[in-house]
Amino acid sequence: MSAIEILGLEKTYPVGFWRKRPKRALKPLSLTIEEGEIFGFLGPNGAGKTTTLKMLMGLVFPSGGTARILGRPIGDPAMQAQIGFLPEQPYFYDHLTPRELLTYYGQLSGLTTKEAERKVPEMLDRVGLRDAANVQLRKFSKGMLQRVGIAQSILHNPKVVFLDEPMSGLDPMGRHEVRDLIEQLKHEGKTIFFSTHILSDAEALCDRVAILHLGELRKVGAVADLTSAIGGRIELVWRGATIPQAFSALGAECHATGDTVRALVPESSQEAAMEALRREGLRLISLTPLRTSLEDYFVSQVKPSEATAGGKP
Amino acid sequence: MSGRILHIASNTFREAVRDRVLYNLIVFALLMCGAAILVGQISIDIERLVVVNLGLTAISIFGIVIAIFIGIGLVSKEIEKRTLYTVLSRPVRRWEFIAGKFFGLAGTLIVNTFFMAIGVFAALLYVSHHFQASDAGVLVALYFIILQFLIIVALALFFSSFSSPLLSAIFAFALFIIGTFAEDLRGFAALTHGAERWLATGAAYLVPNISALNVISQVAHGEPVAGQLILYNTGYALLYSAMVLFGAILIFEHRNLK
Ligand SMILES: Nc1ncnc2c1ncn2[C@@H]1O[C@H](COP(=O)(O)OP(=O)(O)OP(=O)(O)O)[C@@H](O)[C@H]1O
Ligand SMILES: [Mg+2]
Repeated sequence: MSAIEILGLEKTYPVGFWRKRPKRALKPLSLTIEEGEIFGFLGPNGAGKTTTLKMLMGLVFPSGGTARILGRPIGDPAMQAQIGFLPEQPYFYDHLTPRELLTYYGQLSGLTTKEAERKVPEMLDRVGLRDAANVQLRKFSKGMLQRVGIAQSILHNPKVVFLDEPMSGLDPMGRHEVRDLIEQLKHEGKTIFFSTHILSDAEALCDRVAILHLGELRKVGAVADLTSAIGGRIELVWRGATIPQAFSALGAECHATGDTVRALVPESSQEAAMEALRREGLRLISLTPLRTSLEDYFVSQVKPSEATAGGKP
Repeated sequence: MSGRILHIASNTFREAVRDRVLYNLIVFALLMCGAAILVGQISIDIERLVVVNLGLTAISIFGIVIAIFIGIGLVSKEIEKRTLYTVLSRPVRRWEFIAGKFFGLAGTLIVNTFFMAIGVFAALLYVSHHFQASDAGVLVALYFIILQFLIIVALALFFSSFSSPLLSAIFAFALFIIGTFAEDLRGFAALTHGAERWLATGAAYLVPNISALNVISQVAHGEPVAGQLILYNTGYALLYSAMVLFGAILIFEHRNLK
Protein backbone atom coordinates (compact mmCIF):
# COMPACT_ATOMS: atom_id res chain seq x y z
CA MET A 1 0.00 0.00 0.00
CA SER A 2 1.28 3.47 -0.86
CA ALA A 3 1.39 6.06 1.89
CA ILE A 4 -0.20 8.77 -0.23
CA GLU A 5 -2.02 8.38 -3.50
CA ILE A 6 -3.23 11.51 -5.25
CA LEU A 7 -5.52 10.96 -8.22
CA GLY A 8 -6.33 13.94 -10.38
CA LEU A 9 -6.77 16.26 -7.42
CA GLU A 10 -7.60 19.79 -8.59
CA LYS A 11 -8.81 23.07 -7.19
CA THR A 12 -10.42 26.10 -8.75
CA TYR A 13 -11.18 29.06 -6.51
CA PRO A 14 -13.83 31.60 -7.42
CA VAL A 15 -12.22 35.02 -7.04
CA GLY A 16 -13.55 38.55 -7.23
CA PHE A 17 -16.26 40.13 -5.14
CA TRP A 18 -19.08 40.56 -7.60
CA ARG A 19 -18.39 38.74 -10.85
CA LYS A 20 -16.65 35.57 -9.70
CA ARG A 21 -13.92 34.51 -12.07
CA PRO A 22 -12.48 31.03 -11.66
CA LYS A 23 -8.86 30.91 -10.52
CA ARG A 24 -7.14 27.63 -11.15
CA ALA A 25 -4.89 27.02 -8.16
CA LEU A 26 -4.13 23.40 -8.97
CA LYS A 27 -4.50 21.55 -12.24
CA PRO A 28 -5.32 17.82 -11.97
CA LEU A 29 -2.42 16.38 -9.99
CA SER A 30 -1.55 12.72 -9.68
CA LEU A 31 1.26 11.51 -7.44
CA THR A 32 2.07 8.39 -5.48
CA ILE A 33 4.30 8.45 -2.45
CA GLU A 34 5.55 5.21 -1.00
CA GLU A 35 5.82 4.36 2.66
CA GLY A 36 9.07 5.43 4.26
CA GLU A 37 9.88 8.06 1.64
CA ILE A 38 10.91 11.63 2.23
CA PHE A 39 9.13 13.45 -0.54
CA GLY A 40 9.83 17.08 -1.39
CA PHE A 41 7.11 19.20 -2.90
CA LEU A 42 8.80 22.12 -4.60
CA GLY A 43 7.56 25.15 -6.44
CA PRO A 44 7.75 28.93 -6.49
CA ASN A 45 5.27 31.14 -4.62
CA GLY A 46 1.74 30.52 -5.70
CA ALA A 47 2.52 27.17 -7.30
CA GLY A 48 -0.28 25.42 -5.42
CA LYS A 49 1.68 23.57 -2.72
CA THR A 50 -0.36 24.81 0.22
CA THR A 51 -3.58 24.30 -1.71
CA THR A 52 -2.66 20.65 -2.28
CA LEU A 53 -1.83 20.12 1.38
CA LYS A 54 -5.03 21.80 2.54
CA MET A 55 -7.07 19.51 0.32
CA LEU A 56 -5.26 16.43 1.63
CA MET A 57 -6.00 17.59 5.18
CA GLY A 58 -9.70 18.05 4.45
CA LEU A 59 -9.57 21.79 5.14
CA VAL A 60 -10.48 22.77 1.60
CA PHE A 61 -12.68 20.67 -0.67
CA PRO A 62 -11.24 19.63 -4.05
CA SER A 63 -12.98 20.74 -7.24
CA GLY A 64 -12.18 17.33 -8.66
CA GLY A 65 -10.19 14.18 -8.13
CA THR A 66 -9.54 12.16 -5.01
CA ALA A 67 -6.72 11.13 -2.76
CA ARG A 68 -6.06 8.30 -0.37
CA ILE A 69 -3.72 8.44 2.59
CA LEU A 70 -2.73 5.11 4.12
CA GLY A 71 -5.37 3.61 1.87
CA ARG A 72 -8.19 5.69 3.33
CA PRO A 73 -10.07 8.64 1.83
CA ILE A 74 -9.57 12.29 2.79
CA GLY A 75 -11.27 13.20 6.06
CA ASP A 76 -11.47 9.65 7.42
CA PRO A 77 -10.92 9.96 11.21
CA ALA A 78 -9.13 6.61 11.45
CA MET A 79 -6.62 7.92 8.91
CA GLN A 80 -6.41 11.35 10.52
CA ALA A 81 -5.36 9.76 13.81
CA GLN A 82 -2.28 8.45 12.00
CA ILE A 83 -1.10 11.57 10.24
CA GLY A 84 0.51 14.79 11.41
CA PHE A 85 0.28 18.23 9.81
CA LEU A 86 2.33 21.38 10.16
CA PRO A 87 0.57 24.28 8.43
CA GLU A 88 2.38 27.15 6.73
CA GLN A 89 3.19 29.93 9.26
CA PRO A 90 1.40 28.11 12.05
CA TYR A 91 -0.57 29.95 14.67
CA PHE A 92 -1.97 28.45 17.82
CA TYR A 93 -4.29 29.24 20.70
CA ASP A 94 -2.20 31.92 22.31
CA HIS A 95 -3.87 31.68 25.70
CA LEU A 96 -2.19 28.30 26.18
CA THR A 97 1.36 27.31 27.03
CA PRO A 98 3.11 24.80 24.74
CA ARG A 99 2.61 22.14 27.39
CA GLU A 100 -1.14 22.76 27.53
CA LEU A 101 -1.46 23.08 23.77
CA LEU A 102 0.34 19.83 23.08
CA THR A 103 -1.67 18.02 25.76
CA TYR A 104 -4.88 19.29 24.20
CA TYR A 105 -3.81 18.28 20.69
CA GLY A 106 -2.65 14.89 21.94
CA GLN A 107 -6.08 14.31 23.43
CA LEU A 108 -7.78 15.33 20.20
CA SER A 109 -5.59 12.84 18.35
CA GLY A 110 -6.78 10.09 20.65
CA LEU A 111 -4.02 9.92 23.26
CA THR A 112 -5.21 9.36 26.81
CA THR A 113 -4.47 12.20 29.22
CA LYS A 114 -1.80 9.99 30.84
CA GLU A 115 -0.06 9.23 27.55
CA ALA A 116 -0.21 12.88 26.58
CA GLU A 117 1.32 13.94 29.90
CA ARG A 118 4.20 11.51 29.38
CA LYS A 119 4.85 12.41 25.74
CA VAL A 120 4.55 16.17 25.91
CA PRO A 121 7.73 16.89 27.92
CA GLU A 122 9.70 14.49 25.69
CA MET A 123 8.45 16.30 22.63
CA LEU A 124 9.22 19.74 24.07
CA ASP A 125 12.79 18.56 24.66
CA ARG A 126 13.00 17.20 21.18
CA VAL A 127 12.17 20.53 19.56
CA GLY A 128 14.25 22.56 22.02
CA LEU A 129 11.45 24.23 23.94
CA ARG A 130 12.03 22.78 27.39
CA ASP A 131 12.71 26.18 28.92
CA ALA A 132 9.65 27.77 27.37
CA ALA A 133 7.25 24.95 28.25
CA ASN A 134 5.18 27.09 30.58
CA VAL A 135 5.21 30.41 28.76
CA GLN A 136 1.99 31.51 27.05
CA LEU A 137 2.24 31.16 23.28
CA ARG A 138 1.36 34.83 22.76
CA LYS A 139 4.92 35.60 23.90
CA PHE A 140 6.54 33.29 21.34
CA SER A 141 8.72 34.32 18.42
CA LYS A 142 8.02 33.08 14.92
CA GLY A 143 10.73 30.44 15.07
CA MET A 144 9.51 29.21 18.44
CA LEU A 145 5.98 28.87 17.06
CA GLN A 146 7.41 26.90 14.18
CA ARG A 147 8.98 24.53 16.70
CA VAL A 148 5.68 24.13 18.52
CA GLY A 149 4.15 23.43 15.13
CA ILE A 150 6.63 20.68 14.44
CA ALA A 151 6.09 19.21 17.90
CA GLN A 152 2.32 19.04 17.46
CA SER A 153 2.69 17.39 14.07
CA ILE A 154 4.63 14.41 15.42
CA LEU A 155 3.38 14.19 19.01
CA HIS A 156 0.93 11.34 18.45
CA ASN A 157 3.50 9.24 16.60
CA PRO A 158 1.85 9.50 13.18
CA LYS A 159 2.77 7.28 10.24
CA VAL A 160 2.69 10.05 7.66
CA VAL A 161 3.78 13.61 8.37
CA PHE A 162 2.85 16.57 6.16
CA LEU A 163 4.97 19.67 6.65
CA ASP A 164 4.26 22.93 4.82
CA GLU A 165 7.57 24.80 4.70
CA PRO A 166 8.99 23.32 7.91
CA MET A 167 12.18 25.40 7.78
CA SER A 168 10.61 28.80 7.34
CA GLY A 169 11.22 31.24 10.16
CA LEU A 170 14.00 29.16 11.68
CA ASP A 171 17.54 30.32 12.35
CA PRO A 172 20.43 28.31 10.83
CA MET A 173 20.66 26.17 13.97
CA GLY A 174 16.96 25.53 13.90
CA ARG A 175 17.04 24.58 10.25
CA HIS A 176 19.79 22.15 10.94
CA GLU A 177 17.85 20.63 13.83
CA VAL A 178 14.74 20.24 11.71
CA ARG A 179 16.75 18.51 9.01
CA ASP A 180 18.08 16.08 11.57
CA LEU A 181 14.63 15.56 12.94
CA ILE A 182 13.21 14.76 9.51
CA GLU A 183 15.97 12.22 9.03
CA GLN A 184 15.21 10.66 12.40
CA LEU A 185 11.56 10.41 11.46
CA LYS A 186 12.53 8.56 8.32
CA HIS A 187 14.59 6.15 10.42
CA GLU A 188 11.56 5.56 12.56
CA GLY A 189 9.85 4.42 9.37
CA LYS A 190 7.61 7.42 8.85
CA THR A 191 6.68 8.89 5.51
CA ILE A 192 7.38 12.59 5.18
CA PHE A 193 5.80 14.88 2.63
CA PHE A 194 7.09 18.42 2.83
CA SER A 195 6.86 21.54 0.74
CA THR A 196 9.70 24.00 0.53
CA HIS A 197 11.42 26.70 -1.48
CA ILE A 198 14.75 25.92 0.12
CA LEU A 199 16.22 23.68 -2.52
CA SER A 200 19.36 22.74 -0.66
CA ASP A 201 17.20 21.25 2.08
CA ALA A 202 15.22 19.25 -0.43
CA GLU A 203 18.40 18.12 -2.12
CA ALA A 204 19.95 16.98 1.14
CA LEU A 205 16.88 15.19 2.47
CA CYS A 206 14.55 13.96 -0.20
CA ASP A 207 14.37 10.58 -1.82
CA ARG A 208 12.20 12.10 -4.51
CA VAL A 209 10.90 15.54 -5.33
CA ALA A 210 8.05 16.92 -7.39
CA ILE A 211 8.26 20.32 -9.01
CA LEU A 212 5.03 22.23 -9.24
CA HIS A 213 4.63 25.44 -11.17
CA LEU A 214 1.50 27.53 -11.77
CA GLY A 215 -0.62 24.70 -10.45
CA GLU A 216 0.91 22.19 -12.79
CA LEU A 217 3.20 19.26 -12.07
CA ARG A 218 6.42 19.77 -14.07
CA LYS A 219 8.60 16.88 -12.95
CA VAL A 220 8.78 14.06 -10.42
CA GLY A 221 11.81 11.97 -9.67
CA ALA A 222 14.87 11.29 -7.60
CA VAL A 223 17.06 14.37 -7.18
CA ALA A 224 20.03 12.68 -8.89
CA ASP A 225 17.96 11.69 -11.93
CA LEU A 226 16.57 15.16 -12.36
CA THR A 227 19.89 16.93 -12.07
CA SER A 228 21.78 14.56 -14.35
CA ALA A 229 19.15 15.12 -17.00
CA ILE A 230 20.23 18.66 -17.70
CA GLY A 231 23.92 17.75 -17.94
CA GLY A 232 26.77 19.37 -16.08
CA ARG A 233 29.18 22.07 -17.11
CA ILE A 234 32.93 22.28 -16.99
CA GLU A 235 34.87 25.24 -15.78
CA LEU A 236 38.14 25.87 -17.66
CA VAL A 237 40.70 28.43 -16.57
CA TRP A 238 43.76 29.33 -18.70
CA ARG A 239 46.53 31.89 -18.79
CA GLY A 240 46.57 34.53 -21.52
CA ALA A 241 43.94 37.07 -22.50
CA THR A 242 42.87 35.37 -25.74
CA ILE A 243 39.63 33.50 -26.20
CA PRO A 244 39.76 31.04 -29.12
CA GLN A 245 37.19 31.65 -31.88
CA ALA A 246 35.81 28.14 -31.49
CA PHE A 247 34.50 28.93 -27.98
CA SER A 248 31.58 31.04 -29.07
CA ALA A 249 30.35 28.16 -31.24
CA LEU A 250 30.52 25.86 -28.19
CA GLY A 251 28.13 28.04 -26.27
CA ALA A 252 30.77 28.92 -23.72
CA GLU A 253 30.39 31.64 -21.17
CA CYS A 254 33.75 33.44 -20.82
CA HIS A 255 35.03 35.95 -18.27
CA ALA A 256 38.47 37.50 -18.69
CA THR A 257 40.21 38.85 -15.58
CA GLY A 258 43.75 40.25 -15.89
CA ASP A 259 45.73 37.62 -17.72
CA THR A 260 43.46 34.66 -17.00
CA VAL A 261 40.24 33.61 -18.61
CA ARG A 262 37.52 31.55 -16.97
CA ALA A 263 35.10 29.76 -19.27
CA LEU A 264 32.06 27.60 -18.60
CA VAL A 265 31.34 25.06 -21.30
CA PRO A 266 28.81 22.25 -21.48
CA GLU A 267 30.18 18.88 -20.42
CA SER A 268 29.63 17.52 -23.94
CA SER A 269 31.98 20.06 -25.52
CA GLN A 270 34.85 19.41 -23.14
CA GLU A 271 37.04 17.72 -25.79
CA ALA A 272 36.42 20.37 -28.43
CA ALA A 273 37.27 23.15 -25.98
CA MET A 274 40.53 21.50 -24.92
CA GLU A 275 41.44 21.00 -28.56
CA ALA A 276 40.84 24.69 -29.32
CA LEU A 277 43.06 25.76 -26.41
CA ARG A 278 45.86 23.47 -27.56
CA ARG A 279 45.68 24.81 -31.12
CA GLU A 280 46.09 28.38 -29.82
CA GLY A 281 48.91 27.28 -27.51
CA LEU A 282 47.12 28.47 -24.36
CA ARG A 283 48.13 26.95 -21.05
CA LEU A 284 45.32 25.38 -19.05
CA ILE A 285 45.45 26.10 -15.34
CA SER A 286 42.45 24.17 -14.12
CA LEU A 287 39.51 22.09 -15.22
CA THR A 288 36.63 21.61 -12.80
CA PRO A 289 33.43 19.71 -13.46
CA LEU A 290 30.52 21.64 -11.92
CA ARG A 291 27.79 19.46 -10.55
CA THR A 292 24.31 20.71 -11.37
CA SER A 293 22.36 21.39 -8.28
CA LEU A 294 18.67 21.05 -7.80
CA GLU A 295 18.70 24.82 -7.85
CA ASP A 296 19.96 24.92 -11.43
CA TYR A 297 17.42 22.35 -12.40
CA PHE A 298 14.65 24.26 -10.70
CA VAL A 299 15.62 27.47 -12.44
CA SER A 300 15.71 25.68 -15.77
CA GLN A 301 12.20 24.38 -15.16
CA VAL A 302 10.76 27.55 -13.79
CA LYS A 303 11.65 30.52 -15.96
CA PRO A 304 11.97 33.66 -13.88
CA SER A 305 9.49 35.56 -16.05
CA GLU A 306 6.85 32.90 -15.47
CA ALA A 307 7.67 32.67 -11.80
CA THR A 308 6.63 36.24 -11.13
CA ALA A 309 3.47 35.83 -13.18
CA GLY A 310 2.41 33.03 -10.85
CA GLY A 311 3.30 34.85 -7.66
CA LYS A 312 0.79 36.12 -5.21
CA PRO A 313 -0.37 39.71 -5.67
CA MET B 1 -20.60 13.28 25.12
CA SER B 2 -17.60 12.19 23.12
CA GLY B 3 -14.19 12.85 24.64
CA ARG B 4 -13.21 15.19 21.85
CA ILE B 5 -16.28 17.39 22.30
CA LEU B 6 -15.47 17.58 25.99
CA HIS B 7 -11.85 18.57 25.31
CA ILE B 8 -12.91 21.26 22.84
CA ALA B 9 -15.51 22.53 25.30
CA SER B 10 -13.04 22.75 28.16
CA ASN B 11 -10.51 24.53 25.98
CA THR B 12 -13.20 27.05 25.04
CA PHE B 13 -14.01 27.52 28.71
CA ARG B 14 -10.34 27.97 29.58
CA GLU B 15 -9.92 30.54 26.82
CA ALA B 16 -12.87 32.57 28.10
CA VAL B 17 -11.56 32.47 31.65
CA ARG B 18 -8.06 33.50 30.58
CA ASP B 19 -9.53 36.29 28.47
CA ARG B 20 -10.82 37.59 31.79
CA VAL B 21 -14.46 37.13 30.92
CA LEU B 22 -15.28 36.28 34.52
CA TYR B 23 -14.07 39.73 35.59
CA ASN B 24 -17.61 40.87 34.86
CA LEU B 25 -18.45 39.16 38.16
CA ILE B 26 -16.61 41.87 40.03
CA VAL B 27 -18.68 44.58 38.39
CA PHE B 28 -21.78 42.57 39.14
CA ALA B 29 -20.81 42.10 42.78
CA LEU B 30 -20.26 45.84 43.19
CA LEU B 31 -23.62 46.51 41.58
CA MET B 32 -25.44 44.13 43.93
CA CYS B 33 -23.72 45.53 47.02
CA GLY B 34 -24.53 49.05 46.00
CA ALA B 35 -28.16 48.17 45.28
CA ALA B 36 -28.61 46.25 48.53
CA ILE B 37 -27.21 49.09 50.60
CA LEU B 38 -29.22 51.73 48.75
CA VAL B 39 -32.58 49.99 48.92
CA GLY B 40 -31.95 49.19 52.55
CA GLN B 41 -32.63 52.85 53.14
CA ILE B 42 -35.93 52.96 51.24
CA SER B 43 -39.17 51.16 52.07
CA ILE B 44 -39.25 47.59 53.35
CA ASP B 45 -41.85 46.40 50.80
CA ILE B 46 -40.03 47.21 47.63
CA GLU B 47 -36.58 46.01 48.75
CA ARG B 48 -37.15 42.48 47.53
CA LEU B 49 -38.74 43.72 44.33
CA VAL B 50 -35.77 45.93 43.54
CA VAL B 51 -33.11 43.36 44.41
CA VAL B 52 -34.72 40.59 42.35
CA ASN B 53 -35.52 42.83 39.41
CA LEU B 54 -32.15 44.46 39.30
CA GLY B 55 -30.16 41.29 40.01
CA LEU B 56 -31.88 39.12 37.43
CA THR B 57 -31.92 41.82 34.76
CA ALA B 58 -28.20 42.39 35.28
CA ILE B 59 -27.49 38.65 35.10
CA SER B 60 -29.42 38.44 31.87
CA ILE B 61 -27.74 41.49 30.28
CA PHE B 62 -24.22 40.47 31.31
CA GLY B 63 -24.82 36.96 30.01
CA ILE B 64 -26.32 38.06 26.70
CA VAL B 65 -23.42 40.40 26.07
CA ILE B 66 -20.90 37.64 26.80
CA ALA B 67 -22.85 35.10 24.75
CA ILE B 68 -22.91 37.39 21.73
CA PHE B 69 -19.41 38.80 21.96
CA ILE B 70 -17.69 35.51 22.51
CA GLY B 71 -20.15 33.49 20.45
CA ILE B 72 -19.58 35.47 17.25
CA GLY B 73 -15.83 34.78 17.39
CA LEU B 74 -16.03 31.10 18.24
CA VAL B 75 -15.80 29.94 14.65
CA SER B 76 -14.82 32.98 12.61
CA LYS B 77 -11.87 33.85 14.82
CA GLU B 78 -10.51 30.34 14.53
CA ILE B 79 -10.84 30.46 10.76
CA GLU B 80 -9.28 33.92 10.63
CA LYS B 81 -6.32 32.98 12.83
CA ARG B 82 -6.03 29.55 11.23
CA THR B 83 -6.01 27.81 14.61
CA LEU B 84 -8.54 25.43 13.09
CA TYR B 85 -6.04 23.85 10.69
CA THR B 86 -4.30 21.86 13.37
CA VAL B 87 -7.61 20.88 14.98
CA LEU B 88 -9.57 19.75 11.93
CA SER B 89 -6.62 17.84 10.46
CA ARG B 90 -6.91 15.61 13.54
CA PRO B 91 -9.63 13.00 13.96
CA VAL B 92 -12.11 15.71 14.94
CA ARG B 93 -15.28 15.94 12.89
CA ARG B 94 -16.54 19.37 12.04
CA TRP B 95 -19.81 18.87 13.91
CA GLU B 96 -17.84 17.87 16.99
CA PHE B 97 -15.98 21.14 16.79
CA ILE B 98 -19.24 23.15 16.67
CA ALA B 99 -20.76 21.10 19.47
CA GLY B 100 -17.63 21.51 21.61
CA LYS B 101 -17.65 25.26 21.09
CA PHE B 102 -21.33 25.44 21.99
CA PHE B 103 -20.95 23.48 25.21
CA GLY B 104 -17.80 25.37 26.13
CA LEU B 105 -19.44 28.78 25.95
CA ALA B 106 -22.69 27.53 27.46
CA GLY B 107 -20.65 26.09 30.33
CA THR B 108 -18.83 29.38 30.81
CA LEU B 109 -22.16 31.19 31.03
CA ILE B 110 -23.61 28.69 33.46
CA VAL B 111 -20.62 29.06 35.79
CA ASN B 112 -20.83 32.82 35.46
CA THR B 113 -24.56 32.78 36.21
CA PHE B 114 -24.02 30.50 39.18
CA PHE B 115 -21.70 32.99 40.85
CA MET B 116 -24.02 35.89 40.09
CA ALA B 117 -26.95 33.92 41.48
CA ILE B 118 -25.08 33.52 44.75
CA GLY B 119 -24.74 37.30 44.76
CA VAL B 120 -28.47 37.81 44.26
CA PHE B 121 -29.37 35.42 47.04
CA ALA B 122 -26.83 37.02 49.35
CA ALA B 123 -28.40 40.41 48.63
CA LEU B 124 -31.89 38.96 49.24
CA LEU B 125 -30.77 37.57 52.57
CA TYR B 126 -29.21 40.90 53.45
CA VAL B 127 -32.38 42.92 52.79
CA SER B 128 -34.99 40.50 54.20
CA HIS B 129 -32.87 38.49 56.69
CA HIS B 130 -34.45 35.17 55.73
CA PHE B 131 -35.53 33.26 52.61
CA GLN B 132 -39.20 32.75 51.79
CA ALA B 133 -41.04 30.18 49.69
CA SER B 134 -41.50 32.55 46.76
CA ASP B 135 -37.71 32.80 46.40
CA ALA B 136 -37.90 29.48 44.57
CA GLY B 137 -39.36 31.53 41.73
CA VAL B 138 -36.01 33.29 41.45
CA LEU B 139 -34.41 29.91 40.70
CA VAL B 140 -36.94 29.33 37.95
CA ALA B 141 -36.22 32.75 36.48
CA LEU B 142 -32.49 31.96 36.55
CA TYR B 143 -33.15 28.69 34.80
CA PHE B 144 -35.06 30.51 32.07
CA ILE B 145 -32.23 33.00 31.71
CA ILE B 146 -29.83 30.12 31.11
CA LEU B 147 -32.22 28.75 28.48
CA GLN B 148 -32.07 32.16 26.78
CA PHE B 149 -28.28 31.95 26.81
CA LEU B 150 -28.38 28.58 25.06
CA ILE B 151 -30.49 30.06 22.29
CA ILE B 152 -28.29 33.14 21.92
CA VAL B 153 -25.06 31.12 21.90
CA ALA B 154 -26.50 28.85 19.22
CA LEU B 155 -27.55 31.88 17.15
CA ALA B 156 -24.18 33.59 17.53
CA LEU B 157 -22.42 30.38 16.49
CA PHE B 158 -24.78 30.02 13.55
CA PHE B 159 -24.08 33.50 12.21
CA SER B 160 -20.40 33.17 12.96
CA SER B 161 -20.18 30.05 10.80
CA PHE B 162 -20.74 32.09 7.64
CA SER B 163 -20.47 35.83 8.26
CA SER B 164 -18.05 38.32 9.74
CA PRO B 165 -17.96 38.94 13.50
CA LEU B 166 -19.52 42.39 13.18
CA LEU B 167 -22.45 41.20 11.06
CA SER B 168 -22.88 38.17 13.30
CA ALA B 169 -23.09 40.42 16.34
CA ILE B 170 -25.67 42.63 14.67
CA PHE B 171 -27.80 39.68 13.53
CA ALA B 172 -27.66 37.89 16.87
CA PHE B 173 -28.42 41.01 18.85
CA ALA B 174 -31.26 42.01 16.51
CA LEU B 175 -32.84 38.57 16.82
CA PHE B 176 -32.57 38.76 20.58
CA ILE B 177 -34.32 42.15 20.67
CA ILE B 178 -37.04 41.06 18.24
CA GLY B 179 -37.36 37.86 20.26
CA THR B 180 -38.32 39.81 23.35
CA PHE B 181 -41.42 40.88 21.39
CA ALA B 182 -42.04 37.41 19.94
CA GLU B 183 -45.44 37.04 21.57
CA ASP B 184 -46.59 40.43 20.30
CA LEU B 185 -45.41 39.44 16.83
CA ARG B 186 -47.41 36.23 16.98
CA GLY B 187 -50.46 38.16 18.05
CA PHE B 188 -49.95 40.64 15.26
CA ALA B 189 -49.52 37.87 12.69
CA ALA B 190 -52.88 36.42 13.70
CA LEU B 191 -54.56 39.71 12.72
CA THR B 192 -53.40 39.60 9.09
CA HIS B 193 -55.01 37.67 6.23
CA GLY B 194 -54.13 35.45 3.27
CA ALA B 195 -50.56 35.03 2.11
CA GLU B 196 -49.46 37.82 4.39
CA ARG B 197 -50.67 35.81 7.33
CA TRP B 198 -48.54 32.85 6.32
CA LEU B 199 -45.48 35.03 5.97
CA ALA B 200 -46.03 36.95 9.17
CA THR B 201 -46.76 33.78 11.16
CA GLY B 202 -43.68 32.09 9.70
CA ALA B 203 -41.50 35.03 10.62
CA ALA B 204 -43.01 35.31 14.10
CA TYR B 205 -42.29 31.67 14.81
CA LEU B 206 -38.79 31.79 13.34
CA VAL B 207 -37.76 34.45 15.84
CA PRO B 208 -36.69 32.99 19.20
CA ASN B 209 -39.43 33.36 21.76
CA ILE B 210 -37.42 35.25 24.34
CA SER B 211 -40.53 36.88 25.80
CA ALA B 212 -41.82 33.55 27.17
CA LEU B 213 -38.44 33.04 28.81
CA ASN B 214 -38.60 36.28 30.71
CA VAL B 215 -40.40 35.93 34.05
CA ILE B 216 -38.27 38.40 35.96
CA SER B 217 -40.94 40.90 36.94
CA GLN B 218 -43.38 38.09 37.72
CA VAL B 219 -41.05 36.47 40.25
CA ALA B 220 -39.97 39.85 41.57
CA HIS B 221 -43.59 40.35 42.60
CA GLY B 222 -43.56 36.95 44.24
CA GLU B 223 -46.01 35.39 41.74
CA PRO B 224 -45.47 31.67 41.06
CA VAL B 225 -44.46 30.31 37.66
CA ALA B 226 -46.69 27.58 36.22
CA GLY B 227 -45.08 24.13 36.01
CA GLN B 228 -46.44 23.84 32.49
CA LEU B 229 -44.46 26.89 31.39
CA ILE B 230 -41.28 25.37 32.78
CA LEU B 231 -41.85 22.25 30.73
CA TYR B 232 -42.82 24.18 27.63
CA ASN B 233 -39.85 26.53 27.86
CA THR B 234 -37.38 23.70 28.43
CA GLY B 235 -38.62 21.83 25.38
CA TYR B 236 -38.76 24.98 23.29
CA ALA B 237 -35.27 26.25 24.14
CA LEU B 238 -33.62 22.87 23.65
CA LEU B 239 -35.37 22.29 20.35
CA TYR B 240 -34.73 25.80 19.08
CA SER B 241 -31.01 25.78 19.92
CA ALA B 242 -30.60 22.27 18.54
CA MET B 243 -32.15 23.35 15.22
CA VAL B 244 -29.97 26.46 15.03
CA LEU B 245 -26.86 24.42 15.86
CA PHE B 246 -27.84 21.93 13.22
CA GLY B 247 -27.99 24.78 10.72
CA ALA B 248 -24.57 26.00 11.84
CA ILE B 249 -23.16 22.51 11.38
CA LEU B 250 -24.70 22.15 7.91
CA ILE B 251 -23.06 25.38 6.80
CA PHE B 252 -19.74 24.69 8.46
CA GLU B 253 -19.49 21.14 7.07
CA HIS B 254 -19.32 22.57 3.57
CA ARG B 255 -17.03 25.50 4.18
CA ASN B 256 -13.64 25.80 2.58
CA LEU B 257 -11.26 27.13 5.20
CA LYS B 258 -9.43 30.22 4.03
N1 LIG C 1 -8.58 31.10 -0.72
C1 LIG C 1 -8.13 31.40 -1.94
N2 LIG C 1 -8.88 32.09 -2.79
C2 LIG C 1 -8.44 32.38 -4.03
N3 LIG C 1 -7.25 32.03 -4.52
C3 LIG C 1 -6.43 31.34 -3.71
C4 LIG C 1 -6.82 30.99 -2.39
N4 LIG C 1 -5.81 30.30 -1.83
C5 LIG C 1 -4.84 30.23 -2.75
N5 LIG C 1 -5.20 30.86 -3.89
C6 LIG C 1 -4.41 30.96 -5.12
O1 LIG C 1 -3.98 29.68 -5.48
C7 LIG C 1 -2.65 29.70 -5.97
C8 LIG C 1 -1.82 28.71 -5.22
O2 LIG C 1 -1.64 29.14 -3.90
P1 LIG C 1 -0.87 28.29 -2.80
O3 LIG C 1 -1.04 28.98 -1.51
O4 LIG C 1 -1.29 26.87 -2.89
O5 LIG C 1 0.64 28.43 -3.28
P2 LIG C 1 1.99 27.92 -2.61
O6 LIG C 1 2.61 27.02 -3.61
O7 LIG C 1 1.72 27.36 -1.28
O8 LIG C 1 2.80 29.26 -2.50
P3 LIG C 1 3.81 29.81 -1.37
O9 LIG C 1 5.12 29.24 -1.71
O10 LIG C 1 3.78 31.28 -1.56
O11 LIG C 1 3.29 29.37 -0.04
C9 LIG C 1 -2.17 31.14 -5.83
O12 LIG C 1 -2.26 31.75 -7.09
C10 LIG C 1 -3.14 31.76 -4.89
O13 LIG C 1 -3.33 33.11 -5.19
MG1 LIG D 1 2.35 27.81 0.57
